[in-house]
Amino acid sequence: MIIDFKHTQSAHCECGVTANLINHAVKESDPQLSEALAFGIGQGIFFGYLPFIKVNELPLTTFRCPVGKIFKSVTRSLGIDVKWQKFSSVPKAMDALDMELDKGHPVGCRTGGYWLPYFPPALRFHFNMHNIVVIGKQGDNYIISDPVFPSVVECPAKDLALARFAKGALAPKGSMYRITRVPGKIDLKPAILSGIKGAAKSMVKTPVPFLGTRGIRFLGKCVEKWPEKFGQEKTILLLGQLIRMQEEIGTGGGGFRFMYSAFLQQAAGILDDPRLTPMAEQMTASGDLWRRFAVKAARHCKGRATQDDSVHAMRQVLNACADIETRTFKELLSIAG
Amino acid sequence: MEIKDVPQDPGILDDYGREICYAVDQNGNYNLVQSIGWYPKNIANRQAWQAIEKKINKAREDILGGKLSPIGFYMACNQMDIRLLAQYMGLYCWQVRRHLKPAVFKRIKKNVLDKYAALFNVSVDELTSLPDKLTRDCHI
Repeated sequence: MIIDFKHTQSAHCECGVTANLINHAVKESDPQLSEALAFGIGQGIFFGYLPFIKVNELPLTTFRCPVGKIFKSVTRSLGIDVKWQKFSSVPKAMDALDMELDKGHPVGCRTGGYWLPYFPPALRFHFNMHNIVVIGKQGDNYIISDPVFPSVVECPAKDLALARFAKGALAPKGSMYRITRVPGKIDLKPAILSGIKGAAKSMVKTPVPFLGTRGIRFLGKCVEKWPEKFGQEKTILLLGQLIRMQEEIGTGGGGFRFMYSAFLQQAAGILDDPRLTPMAEQMTASGDLWRRFAVKAARHCKGRATQDDSVHAMRQVLNACADIETRTFKELLSIAG
Repeated sequence: MEIKDVPQDPGILDDYGREICYAVDQNGNYNLVQSIGWYPKNIANRQAWQAIEKKINKAREDILGGKLSPIGFYMACNQMDIRLLAQYMGLYCWQVRRHLKPAVFKRIKKNVLDKYAALFNVSVDELTSLPDKLTRDCHI
């Protein structure tokens, strides 16, 4: 049995899942939610450099909000009801999933990407933040709408069970969610405004120096010190990790900055507010700078760094990003506030 | 980023699909564009795999040197550390640490061995011997 579900490929798994699930649930007369809108309303954009939290012995850098927040914020601000479930045992979790599918409900699941056999081998790392929508079952295989992939994929039940109960940091514990009720009318305008406001606050009004735009400057400061502090070999590993966090599949390029730009562009249309258009352009500029930073970092990793790619030059690029983003989010705060 | 600048550098994705990039057209409007990959990302990814391969090789040497049990090899292949492996096995870290000793490994009970083998997706015979191939794909 396969539910008639419109699979739209997107850059980021959680935004894609959010948009696809909501578009499936709302009436046809309601406005369709794009991935970028889900990202913006869900206050997805963020920055944090947390050297005291280690992933594979390397510091954590994040370009977006914690996992689950996008889906929660979007459904909450649009007034959509959601049923969340977590499980203690594998059979119970799989039975509950089968029951929902039998009723014809597409179900969102959080999984560990390492166990999903349809992933490219080169991307199978342990990370437990991968969201998918299960839309059917055929024999012993589940039919899955994984928004990161161009089309619908299949996954054996045994592997899906492993993925839903992946262990380690942020273990999903079989968590699954589905939309139970949508309001009579979906109004995007207030949701967009509150999304912009929330994101801008977390970018420019953080009380700690390692989050938001201050965090970008802090990262620049640290990058400049890496070679003398850790030596060449470790610096390369640190830079490599940074590139992967920034450009890992799901960001849409430039550490989510381009996606946010796309959101601002769509928001300008929906709210009919031309002030947002230059904001979108500024975010594009910031994303381009992040890409330039990644190119410089990659040259270090390849051992082909020139004078232009010195850690000092990289810090300047990051400072430029921080400047642009501080200005943009302050203006956004005054527009939405 | 403009649509014409969306990189198409083959690497990680291979035939497994395309990822989405956000890029602007001539009028400055955003579009979703498929990309096969980008070289800085490929470099960073290769680096991550080299680190894993280094761990696998180290484990192999230690096993041949009699300092580590074959579980160490499969642990490295599956990108696990002792803590993560213990969680998957439902054991304490100190138990896994003991199982990594060759002398203790010989005495592990059959049912525990079966569980390790099932987790690593290999047979018990394979688990007790060290495979020759330098397996990045020992799980896949």
